[in-house]
Amino acid sequence: MKVNCLKQKFINLKANKPLRNDLTTYGIVILAYVIIQILGMAGMINSQLKGLLVPICVYAILAVSLNLTVGILGELSLGHAGFMCVGAFTSAFFSKCMVEVIPQAFIRFPLALLIGAASAGLFGVLIGIPVLRLKGDYLAIVTLAFGEIIKNIINTINIGRDSNGLHFSMKSAMDLGMEKDGVFLIKGAMGITGTPGDSNFTVGAVLLLITLFVVLNIVRSRDGRAIMAIRDNVIAAESVGINITKYKLLTFAISAALAGVAGVLYAHNLGSLTATPKTFGYNMSIMILVYVVLGGIGNIRGSMIAAIILYVLPEMLRGLQTYRMLIYAVVLIVMMIYNWAPKSIAWRETHSIKDLLAKAKGAIASKSKKGGN
Amino acid sequence: MKTMKKIASIALATIMVMSMMTGCGNTAADADNSAAAESSVAVDAAATFKIGGIGPITGGAAVYGQAVMNAAELAIAEINAAGGVNGVMFEMNFQDDEHDAEKSVNAYNVVKDWGAQMILGSVTSAPCIAVGQKSFEDNMFQITPSGTAVDCIQYDNAFRLCFSDPNQGAASAKYIGENALAEKVAVIYDSSNAYSSGIYESFAAEAVNYDFEIVAAEAFTEDNNTDFSVQLQKAKDAEADLVFLPIYCKEAAPLLTQADGMGYAPKFFSCDGMDGILSMEGFDAALAEGVMLLTPFAADATDDMTVAFVAAYQEKYGDIPNQFAADSYDTVYAFKAAIEKAGVTPDMSVSDICDALKAAMLEISIDGLTGNGITWTADGEPNKEPKAVIIENGAYKAM
Amino acid sequence: MEFIEFLINGIRLGSVYALIALGYTMVYGIAKMLNFAHGDVIMVGAFIVYTTCNTLGLSPVVGIIAAVVLCTSLGILIEKIAYKPLRGATSNLAVLITAIGVSYFLQNAALLIFGAAPKNFTSIVPYEGVKLAGGEITIDGETIVIIAVSIVIMIVLSLFIKKTKAGQAMLAVSEDKGAAQLMGINVNGTISLTFAIGSALAAVAGMLFCSVYPGLSSTTGSMPGIKAFTAAVFGGIGSIPGAFIGGILLGVIENLSKAYISTQLSDAIVFSILIIVLLVKPTGLLGKNIQEKV
Repeated sequence: MKVNCLKQKFINLKANKPLRNDLTTYGIVILAYVIIQILGMAGMINSQLKGLLVPICVYAILAVSLNLTVGILGELSLGHAGFMCVGAFTSAFFSKCMVEVIPQAFIRFPLALLIGAASAGLFGVLIGIPVLRLKGDYLAIVTLAFGEIIKNIINTINIGRDSNGLHFSMKSAMDLGMEKDGVFLIKGAMGITGTPGDSNFTVGAVLLLITLFVVLNIVRSRDGRAIMAIRDNVIAAESVGINITKYKLLTFAISAALAGVAGVLYAHNLGSLTATPKTFGYNMSIMILVYVVLGGIGNIRGSMIAAIILYVLPEMLRGLQTYRMLIYAVVLIVMMIYNWAPKSIAWRETHSIKDLLAKAKGAIASKSKKGGN
Repeated sequence: MKTMKKIASIALATIMVMSMMTGCGNTAADADNSAAAESSVAVDAAATFKIGGIGPITGGAAVYGQAVMNAAELAIAEINAAGGVNGVMFEMNFQDDEHDAEKSVNAYNVVKDWGAQMILGSVTSAPCIAVGQKSFEDNMFQITPSGTAVDCIQYDNAFRLCFSDPNQGAASAKYIGENALAEKVAVIYDSSNAYSSGIYESFAAEAVNYDFEIVAAEAFTEDNNTDFSVQLQKAKDAEADLVFLPIYCKEAAPLLTQADGMGYAPKFFSCDGMDGILSMEGFDAALAEGVMLLTPFAADATDDMTVAFVAAYQEKYGDIPNQFAADSYDTVYAFKAAIEKAGVTPDMSVSDICDALKAAMLEISIDGLTGNGITWTADGEPNKEPKAVIIENGAYKAM
Repeated sequence: MEFIEFLINGIRLGSVYALIALGYTMVYGIAKMLNFAHGDVIMVGAFIVYTTCNTLGLSPVVGIIAAVVLCTSLGILIEKIAYKPLRGATSNLAVLITAIGVSYFLQNAALLIFGAAPKNFTSIVPYEGVKLAGGEITIDGETIVIIAVSIVIMIVLSLFIKKTKAGQAMLAVSEDKGAAQLMGINVNGTISLTFAIGSALAAVAGMLFCSVYPGLSSTTGSMPGIKAFTAAVFGGIGSIPGAFIGGILLGVIENLSKAYISTQLSDAIVFSILIIVLLVKPTGLLGKNIQEKV
């Protein structure tokens, strides 16, 4: 009976392609995690790879969450790093304040995570409101502007704590007027230093799995189908009674909250957190977009893998020293053309690996014949 | 078609993982290998002191990282050619961090895999703080040539060669006050830069003790560092007779050009970030006439050491070295002095070397490009005197 | 008096934005792509002038010609190698990403060729400034030239598109590539021409930008590029007068908010105003509002 039941489930699984696909995605993450843990225990992983594990999770989460907006909702967002920034700073601020009150990382970190995700999600709703009115590149520029505003404002915030309580200033650290015993919690452009290092690969992998689970479930759900209907044709979707406002806001908020989660992971991995153009500016937003587009718009697993490959690539090119970013740019262009150009796609269709193998076999066969002569 | 795409991505991923597993040590650029080979002392490859260098050599801050990398290479080549440290050669692996904390930690891990025994870097402040945390966990000895933020050396394994921000700001205020250079002072600084805002804060804190008044404090940010007309206009309207510029020459050069364009000619006073200004390509040195700066290093000083260094640097890299290069050069000699004092050998563990060098740092005194008789305190700060120089007839002159 | 000074500086900054935005909007309007590498072509143009004038010591006229010619060829080359293969791709985001790749490439190539040390650009404008109101207000030569040049270019571009055959072909391509092809228009040639003109404009913008704000390094073009993109959207992307007005307004707002509110928060203020404007007018100041039909 039980066997039959399992069999039935297996047959269902076989028939249900999306589900199978999703399970493969989770499987890849779990397998990679297990392999790395085993290799780690065997001492076969060098510090470079070990150091890259958490950032890889961060960027994979960012790519997957951006794909929800770009691929599933079909709106171009260039401000994803802004949400990450909100999540990173709110959670790091919380952890830094609470590090003495709650010394246990296993209580503090989940709270930080919730705070980071919630505040980023809140900003997602805020930015979601203009989204309802705008389209295409106008929306893109609004999200970009939003990301820049966040970064700009965070760079001017000074918060300190002394025996008289908290002090806040947006001018400079001196205007806080703190007593001698004061400590800076956020110090303008220097950001937050000394965030407790609560992130590790296990946390990262779990968060990546949760992100995948959330996004994939939305995609496969009734809500997801409604969102994709909006993407494919707004007017048609509206005419069948889909609540455009609700779904757009929902998607934006979830995507932002997940970016906030990535920010929390990022902030608790490093001893210093600063909002530079490189870390949270439009450059970073564009970088995440690159992961999404290269991995395939709407392809969740693809964006995860693209994020990993593209993040690791410049690290692998370190031997090239000053030339590495140049080579990276070339590789990026070539990969894009290979993956997206209509001619390249057509070429790949006529030169599929099966054909090549068949040809090679034929060639070997004919060669051996010739050799025989 | 799908298969082809899949195969391509799997192949790429495999190649990456493979190269990870085999370790990147072999790809590390041993820029100073040639120098080591030239020297007459035959050394076993394993028996070298390995310095891991970290700094931005690509991106917007590349000018600082490249100066540090080049000068360190130069110093190492010199030391190796002269027989090394106690007969042991130096070897360096310099990794790029793009002026980003996360990439800086990645770079740290790369040099750690390579077998680095001490860290030279990171060059910029925020990345240096992040790396400092990691090097403390590993108990690896670290000297930053140019990380000015206070927190860069918060742990006892880290030292710095440059002045800290508070040090420079206070010294500038003291100099202006004691010499009665001005009554009304305006400050233009980069609020998005730790170096610049750090100096400004300590300057303002110290200024209350003296007879001058800060009439305007105008900030700009990294995203907005081309147009200074508003800041200059405000300084002018506040009738400041001295403008304090705790900024790098990259921004100072256009700022001075714009001040000249609007006919505003107060006294300008600056810190060590300004020192490259006279050698900046395309800059009309006449615009910097009368600018005063507190700097430990000036590229056209006439002492033998500076002259020799500048000549060697220029010959090898084509640029005139800036203060970052000088700090980096001295850092390598600080490594050398500390190693000689502590008598460590390359076969000791990283942690043992660190403990020995930490103790030795407090006892050494080096005569370098950036000062004579530099000593260190237990909190990692150097003890050296900033020199005030003024630009006259297109050259630095001691004041 | 003070206000007028701030205003003039704002208009100067705005003219620079306008000049860059004209190139952006031109390429966007016809090729329907956001050319993120536009800002870096500006940097290349400035470096060419710098090399010919400062390093080789030739006259600025030679530098200007060299920059325009080389940037035009560079623009055509980039279009051929990186953008053309992706024409007809299933998503127009693909070409956006290659544009970013090109932008990285140009920045890093410039870093390797010209070194990391920032250069100080010598102004190519030989004119003296004028003094107004009894010497209280100075308008320097660069300001006058840059405002004049951006106005002239805006008018010439508008006329070119309205009055010439090539301009009409551009309009046709922007409306409907397929139909344009059927009408016997060389679509590929027209798009190449668009990129050529856009890049020539970038060269001019680059040298004038650096004449006013003389710091020159490999990342010089990226922030003005983004600001100009903002200006183009502000004015209604694809509209040539819109880009001009958007640029000027952006510059003036930025400068005035620096002067009267905060020098640190000026970017946040500029971008907030942009968002508000777009909320009121979702296609920018002069953008066409196309009603979607079922």
